[in-house]
Amino acid sequence: MQAQEIFDKLKEKFNDDILELKADAPSDPIILINGAELFNIAQFMRDKEELDFDYLVDLISLDLGDNLGAIYIFYSMKHKHRIALKAIVPKDNPILPTLENLWRTADWLEREAWDLMGIKFEGHHNLIRILNPYDWEGHPLRKDYVTPEFYHGMKVPY
Amino acid sequence: MEQNFVNMLIENPWIAALIIVVIPLVFVVIYALIAILGELKIASFVQERLGPMRTGWKGTMQPVAEVVKLLQKEDITPDAADKPLFNLAPFLMFAAAFAGFAVIPFSPYFLPAGIELGLFYVFAIGSLGVIGLVMGGWASNNKYSLLGAMRSVAQIVSYEIPAAIAILSIATLSGSLNLNVISDNQSGWFWNWYIFGGPGPWWKILVIPFTLGLGLIYLISTLAETNRTPFDIPEGESEIVAGYHTEYSGMKFAMFFFAEYANMFIVAAILMLLFFGGWNSPFGDFLNQWWMQPVWFILKAFFWVFLTIWLRWTLPRLRVDQLMYMSWKVLLPWGFVCFFAVSLFVMLK
Amino acid sequence: MGEKRKIELDYSQLDSERMRLNVGPQHPSTHGVLRLEVELDGEIVTDVIPHVGYLHRCFEKHCEKMEYPMVTPYIDRLDYISSMNNEWPFIMGVEQMMGIKVPEKVEYLRVIVSELNRIANHQIAIATFGLDAGAFTPLLWLFRDREMILAILEKLSGGRLLYNYFRVGGMAADIYPTFKEDVLAAISQVRKTNPEILNLLLLNKIFIDRTASVGILPADVAINYGCTGPMLRGSGVPYDLRRTEPYSIYDRFDFEVQIGKGEVGTVGDCWDRNIVRYREIEQSCNIIEQAINQMPMEGDVKEAFPKKVRPPKGEIYCKAENPKGELGFYIVSDGKNNPERVKCRSTSFVNLSVLPEISKGYMFADLIMILGSIDIVLGEVDR
Repeated sequence: MQAQEIFDKLKEKFNDDILELKADAPSDPIILINGAELFNIAQFMRDKEELDFDYLVDLISLDLGDNLGAIYIFYSMKHKHRIALKAIVPKDNPILPTLENLWRTADWLEREAWDLMGIKFEGHHNLIRILNPYDWEGHPLRKDYVTPEFYHGMKVPY
Repeated sequence: MEQNFVNMLIENPWIAALIIVVIPLVFVVIYALIAILGELKIASFVQERLGPMRTGWKGTMQPVAEVVKLLQKEDITPDAADKPLFNLAPFLMFAAAFAGFAVIPFSPYFLPAGIELGLFYVFAIGSLGVIGLVMGGWASNNKYSLLGAMRSVAQIVSYEIPAAIAILSIATLSGSLNLNVISDNQSGWFWNWYIFGGPGPWWKILVIPFTLGLGLIYLISTLAETNRTPFDIPEGESEIVAGYHTEYSGMKFAMFFFAEYANMFIVAAILMLLFFGGWNSPFGDFLNQWWMQPVWFILKAFFWVFLTIWLRWTLPRLRVDQLMYMSWKVLLPWGFVCFFAVSLFVMLK
Repeated sequence: MGEKRKIELDYSQLDSERMRLNVGPQHPSTHGVLRLEVELDGEIVTDVIPHVGYLHRCFEKHCEKMEYPMVTPYIDRLDYISSMNNEWPFIMGVEQMMGIKVPEKVEYLRVIVSELNRIANHQIAIATFGLDAGAFTPLLWLFRDREMILAILEKLSGGRLLYNYFRVGGMAADIYPTFKEDVLAAISQVRKTNPEILNLLLLNKIFIDRTASVGILPADVAINYGCTGPMLRGSGVPYDLRRTEPYSIYDRFDFEVQIGKGEVGTVGDCWDRNIVRYREIEQSCNIIEQAINQMPMEGDVKEAFPKKVRPPKGEIYCKAENPKGELGFYIVSDGKNNPERVKCRSTSFVNLSVLPEISKGYMFADLIMILGSIDIVLGEVDR
């Protein structure tokens, strides 16, 4: 199924929550959505027969200045099509619904996004840091991140 | 039959006893060095590499270098360990292994302790080693050590039963528990060995499959009892690091090491005495002089040691439940079958 | 063997204590600095919690501070066993953004070096898996065979493990005169020695007992957890990016996607994952043979180099079939010399996340085998 068809299908179901489709080559087509409805959209995409996105390829977190962005790439093993969803959340209150109950791989990917970019995933059963130490402070991939001077008495910047 | 040439040469019984004790001790040390070198060189041969080449001629001094290294190492006792037990364990284990040498006849003229129940004794004393092993594993206060000790107890205790059945059958066949007598019974050509049914009438051919089976059962059991691959589960380094001796270093570790090699020799010696004619030459009177008999004995035992090393570098490791399955459901029933067959043969003979 | 796995006991009858065991970060068979918090009931694993991040160096933050060509050496160090394969998706992504068409010779050269590196990677995967099972000799045999491949890659790029060979628009250096002969010799050597490993390790009775029907990963669970590469193919899903979405020139080659069939146990067990790796070595040999014969020997590999690597504003997700699975880079460019954001979809990280799911209820020794069969590289997990 082509990106435009997928977009139409979603638009039909979720109307206002599907904002726009960006499909300028060579980039992959991305559908901009309303972050609050992410879970329902994702569930629809996974369970709907014609879409059948059973594989969550990746979750990419972005720092867009005032906002944070999250891009989900989906792939269907059956129909062999691919689409990306993009949700934008404000930096001071970055909350998205978790997808770990739909795709178990989202568990670690969301923990990583929380750890490095600081996007909170509501409903995640164990949203703790994964790559950084558990008591690390700050989210390193944010553009305004400042490396702490010391960590447990050890000098951090090298 | 003469039990001991040392007693003949030296009048004073105390000095004679001392010499009798020292001879196996020296032998164990030399043998362990040779076995370590053999391990290194056979491994490198199997793996298509050179192995140690820089210490002495073609690396022959490597074991000596390793022992010196171990002697120099810091002797660490973990803070949380139970110190008396932790320190005692390696020595207990080595003592148990060494005590087995008391009844091993290297030749008809050298049997350190001439007791009639030699076979029984060596079997009993061999089980003592497991106490040292558990002691070390428990006292280390390390979870890996504990797991290793748990596994090894289960393993050694289970495999002693098939081994005992095999030993019992040979005792039935030879009618003696004295290892020297058992060995003496098998003199002559190699078809008089107990692995081929022992000396007897032509229809002993019928019992040969069972004695061969017993030999195999004993061989497998001893592999498990000495913790060698494919039964090296108690120290399987990919799972539980080093098992019961994870926390040991320096000379105490070396003691475990020596004990392992000494154990290997003891079980090899028992296998040779029971099944392969002991100190007898395989070819009747050919090269069967008194000075050749210990050579035959050591050569045969070394062949078994070579076999275990060869197996170690070829096979992967079994899992602990597969190991138990092997012991209780395969070796033990077949051991009983062979035992009955052999007993029947002895009755009819 | 199929029916007697999955040990189940009625724990309520026993008053016993479970043991918490820390496997790693220093442990012989965690393949690096991985820590597994394992809960054991005797020998049976009741819970596994992986703790990763001991090698974390925030590769993605580094990328934002560097120009595009400077990122490549860092990518080498992600999965240091198969660096050539790692470099490819990133370089390909930048090329696609800039609209560069690389010469034919470069495409073939890329295929050849990547497939050579794939062979080397799979050899290490099987070798270390054998080591986990307690078989030491296959490790050294496979390292011996891998040497010829490393020698070729070293002659090409100057490095034995970390090559930094791919460039935007071409390769860092042209092939050397005896390249073709060397590659053909290496392939015939691999084809000759590969069956030795099959006989020594993979078809060994003890090895089959240890791996068959252990760590079964059903296909739907594998997809749900995002597993790719031999992990997914071992579960019987023929998903291979070289075939499903052919990139570069992979549509020109004739090869079979190998899947696990459950020949000795259940589909998706540890043995299947390894036999898939083993057979992929053979398939890679076929691809290399076709590529080296079709490859134009003349031509300049640096022909399409851009003057300045500065992709236009935009973003792209570029993926390739790494030996371990799907490796993707999401590159966001804002038209400057350095990327705005690089996100690496690291294969090992995603594959490792399935470990707690498939290892519960097995014995501790099986846990090690399952971990070994996932074939992780901690440099890639922790980034």
